Amino acid sequence: MEYVIEMNNIRKEFPGIVANDNITLQLQKGEIHALLGENGAGKSTLMNVLFGLYQPEQGEIKVRGEKVDITDPNKANALGIGMVHQHFMLVQNFTVTENIILGSEPTSRGSIDLRKAEKDVKEISDRYGLRVDPRAKIEDISVGMQQRAEILKTLYRGAEILIFDEPTASLTPQEIKDLIEIMNNLINEGKSIVLITHKLKEIMEVCDRCTVIRRGVGVGTVNVAEATEDSLAEMMVGREVSFKVEKTPASPKEVVLNVKDLVVEDSRKVSVVDKLNLEVREGEIMGVAGVDGNGQTELVEAITGLRPVKSGTITIAGQDTTKYKPRKVTEVGIGHIPQDRHKHGLVLDFTIGENILLQTYYQKPYTNNGILNYNRMYEKARELIEEYDVRTPSAETRAGALSGGNQQKAIIAREVDRSPKVLIAAQPTRGLDVGAIEFIHSKLIEERDKGKGILLVSLELEEVINVSDRIAVIYEGEIVEIVDAEDTNEQELGLLMAGGKKEEGEPTT
Amino acid sequence: MINMLKGRAFNIVIPIIAILFGFLAGALIMLLSGNNPITGYGALISGIFGEPYDFGETLQRMTPLIFSGLAVAFAFRTGLLNIGVEGQLIVGWFTSVYVGLAIEAPMVIHLPLAIGAGAVAGALWGFVPGYLKARFQVHEVIVTIMMNYIAIHVTNSLIRMYLLDSGQRTGFINSSASLESPFLSELTQFSRLHWGFFIAAAACVIMWFILWKTRKGFELRSVGYNKNASLYSGMNVNANIVLSMVVSGAFAGAGGAMVGLGTYQYANILPSFTNIGFDGIAVALLGASTSVGIFLAAFLFGGLQQGANMMQAQAGVAPELVEIIIALIIFFVASSYIIRWAFARMQSRKEEK
Repeated sequence: MEYVIEMNNIRKEFPGIVANDNITLQLQKGEIHALLGENGAGKSTLMNVLFGLYQPEQGEIKVRGEKVDITDPNKANALGIGMVHQHFMLVQNFTVTENIILGSEPTSRGSIDLRKAEKDVKEISDRYGLRVDPRAKIEDISVGMQQRAEILKTLYRGAEILIFDEPTASLTPQEIKDLIEIMNNLINEGKSIVLITHKLKEIMEVCDRCTVIRRGVGVGTVNVAEATEDSLAEMMVGREVSFKVEKTPASPKEVVLNVKDLVVEDSRKVSVVDKLNLEVREGEIMGVAGVDGNGQTELVEAITGLRPVKSGTITIAGQDTTKYKPRKVTEVGIGHIPQDRHKHGLVLDFTIGENILLQTYYQKPYTNNGILNYNRMYEKARELIEEYDVRTPSAETRAGALSGGNQQKAIIAREVDRSPKVLIAAQPTRGLDVGAIEFIHSKLIEERDKGKGILLVSLELEEVINVSDRIAVIYEGEIVEIVDAEDTNEQELGLLMAGGKKEEGEPTT
Repeated sequence: MINMLKGRAFNIVIPIIAILFGFLAGALIMLLSGNNPITGYGALISGIFGEPYDFGETLQRMTPLIFSGLAVAFAFRTGLLNIGVEGQLIVGWFTSVYVGLAIEAPMVIHLPLAIGAGAVAGALWGFVPGYLKARFQVHEVIVTIMMNYIAIHVTNSLIRMYLLDSGQRTGFINSSASLESPFLSELTQFSRLHWGFFIAAAACVIMWFILWKTRKGFELRSVGYNKNASLYSGMNVNANIVLSMVVSGAFAGAGGAMVGLGTYQYANILPSFTNIGFDGIAVALLGASTSVGIFLAAFLFGGLQQGANMMQAQAGVAPELVEIIIALIIFFVASSYIIRWAFARMQSRKEEK
């Protein structure tokens, strides 16, 4: 068997943590090889070793059968290894071509030969069906096209082996389809691909083989054809995972969150939430389904006091909170899992302990007469870290150093532990692996069963349908329909989300 | 290794390396200008530690530098660049001297009142850019720079119009408002060392306490790191921005009071900026915005300024050279990235072998 890349028994340590332990990954020529693992399992570390950003403590790397030392990314490039990062490395106000040639500009008599570069870029783009306009500015093109520009960048540098780091995380379903087609084109042209992901569906769809790592340790490599989503998930998490969310029927009681004729403006003074009405009862999960940008963000911000309300009222547990500031709203009884955990959810430069106390630090016993009691704070933080299984070296670790899943668990610990009357979860599982998703879903249902009202805003239809009891479809700032989660499906919701009307009687196909 | 470079130890290593590089570059310049760097630096060191007088003067010089360093660092922790420490210090100086001149009271009342007046004046001077930033998003750097000019010219004309005593200065303050210490002065061969040094040391503790032990400090640091998350958790971001500038200005104003009530006992018409406030930026940077760091950095800068005299007298080195060395140290601290890079480079070479 011919391997283009062999990483044998790789071990990489960081102070206090073994990030990679005895991991072996062998990439065959012309295959798409998945690297699967939970958040923080060590996937990125392993690829950074391959890309020359880290040096392994043990193990060897062979490229096309030859043992190599990859000391920096330039060396990796020279060996034909290219990386498509999850967060694009593009200059926003440069054109696609300018970005691609950055660092290896073709020159003629001392000046950059942009025309030749554009021609080359166009040629590569056509050969692999990337459909990228070489002259378009990055800031003007879609996320999908930006990603294709990133792919072009590696190809332009002569990459034979491409590493994709969670490439579908920020793409729309159509863009994901396009990407899969491009990956297949690349394979047909003789390239080899490592796909870092935790989305099992994608692996089943495009990959030939799959290497799984769990908590830094290599679990093994399997042929995807012989595997199922369940078996992969089990390998990754180390136990059986249920995709079906287990829950009993809801027993809703009093209305605990009541939104009436709400109008909210965005920064351009456009009414993005327009006369919206919504009720959430105790003991139920109300899902909000909708295409991104139909007012979900503004609705949540208005309820939580982060954004001023133009008109209408918001009532939480009988109190009119329309004009309340965030802290007042929190104290009335709202828990908020924000959709952007780095922007709103965490102070990344604070410790994980400080973050866990971010909503309660000012209360007794953490503050007495204006003086903080750090011992009490960290005591509490350690309790919650234990209870919510936040995997962190210590409570004093910087929050930014944790993986996304553990950051999210810390936020959930903070918001749920206060036992709020209403819990608002905005895209609570974005970018997380199945283990973390399962945990978060079961927490939401647990809170529901304790009689809390839950508002779940998500762009993932599957999540909305599986977790919610009722689903409100939001379209252009209005709730256009409320359906029971039991009697709906993705097709019907998709139609409603696009502004279609619910059909009476049996749907015709 | 990469992780270690980000670690706490490196926060200490970088300034030290930067200082060494600064001195090395200074030695090179001395060589190029025909001076012997060993005699030059020998004179510098004896200019700081040689006689008790020199050491006393060094401590006297570092006193206001501590305050201006704390002022810059405090605002910086909340994500604000207070370039107006200079102006806040000048109004603090003037106001404290005015209170020292105009009022007669027993020392227990008069001295704290005069220092407090200086701090309040500095706080007011800091409040204006803080409020404009919070209310109208006017960038604090521009406002504070302009406030510096307002400070120097307003105080100069107030002195000229109402308080001119002899030549270019006001009269001496009443002794009940003076920080002068015959004891400390005698101890150091009649240097101008005064009680303010201990107040400055206490101020370091106060800043540490506010930032790391109080609820407000927690909020200020949170706002400095992430305004959105602070807003989300219910903190009043705008109030914290104003508060940060007010406290920063109070530190600066108290620093001015040290100069007015301690070193000079009067205020004079300033022909140009004192530079104490601007040096505070360098002190805060070198001290990594920590209390201990600022104390040590202020000592270094105070020492360099004091030792410069001796370099000129003993070794014939131009005092401008000392300024160049200070500038080089700041340069190396600011470009700590280069040092990090050099470290990583050395490390990877070692690994290759």
